[in-house]
Amino acid sequence: MNTADQYLKAIYLAQTIEDGPASTGTLADMLDVTPASANEMIGKLEEQGFADHEKYKGVTLTEDGIVRAREALETYCILERFLANVLEVEEYREEARALESVIDDTVADRLDTIIDRRPECPDCFAAERDVCEFLEVEAEAD
Amino acid sequence: MSLGQRVADDHQLARLLQIGVVIEDLVESRAQHHLDSLSPPEERIDEDVRDLLEAAVDRSADHRGRLEEIIDDLDVDPVPYEEIDDLVEATYAQTAPEDFDDLLYDQLCNEETAYKFYDDLIDAIEGSDTDFELDADRVLAVLREIREEEEGGVERVTEIMERRA
Repeated sequence: MNTADQYLKAIYLAQTIEDGPASTGTLADMLDVTPASANEMIGKLEEQGFADHEKYKGVTLTEDGIVRAREALETYCILERFLANVLEVEEYREEARALESVIDDTVADRLDTIIDRRPECPDCFAAERDVCEFLEVEAEAD
Repeated sequence: MSLGQRVADDHQLARLLQIGVVIEDLVESRAQHHLDSLSPPEERIDEDVRDLLEAAVDRSADHRGRLEEIIDDLDVDPVPYEEIDDLVEATYAQTAPEDFDDLLYDQLCNEETAYKFYDDLIDAIEGSDTDFELDADRVLAVLREIREEEEGGVERVTEIMERRA
């Protein structure tokens, strides 16, 4: 997933959490970048027609931006579910966040063939908890 | 969240190599299923397609072995491969190609996916300033060889598809 898609996904999730425009500060925290870097990328996304930025209010995705953000979120959901259910990684959320930049949607589509993803994905993604609300992880045996 | 395409540490590298092993496992298993679907032997089969699939099975098994050799040197939990084989088996029935062209297209997707994965992984290792515990040059050399072989696989499927068009 490229950097622009990671931003779009983060804006989409921040808008969900904040129930309104995503603030630059929130995005900078989510993406672990400086507010200046976040502003620079937001400017690029605005030029490309994926986002609208209003001073003192924040960023809102356009329709095109929402489409791409949802695709990026699906890719992320596949990775998270794959790590949790196939590789049985305990820290699947942290690892998915760390690996998402290297896994592109072509690769995710193939991994998707062996996971059990819900048809409503990505609507079932719980933004606050950073995980699909239906993701079940096997408890470790004692 | 990690922005930019790079591998930050040995653990991430190990995990990405494990994903590579699973992709090879998927490619190998699907190609084998495709081969099996070409039976019974009395049916007239394009020999080039049979050769292509047999080569894909062998190549994926070889790649998997080479990746596992690297992973063995890293501290990471083993992958439950038997369970993955079961998952591929269980999902193949729902996603099996409907005809010959479909089968070739599936094979092309498999080869392209593997190529894309190694291409991104190589970029991510090259873009990293991490001092890996294992020999990054050795890992890169292996990955570049595998990527080249995957590229060859994509070309072979494409040639057959073009000939049949």
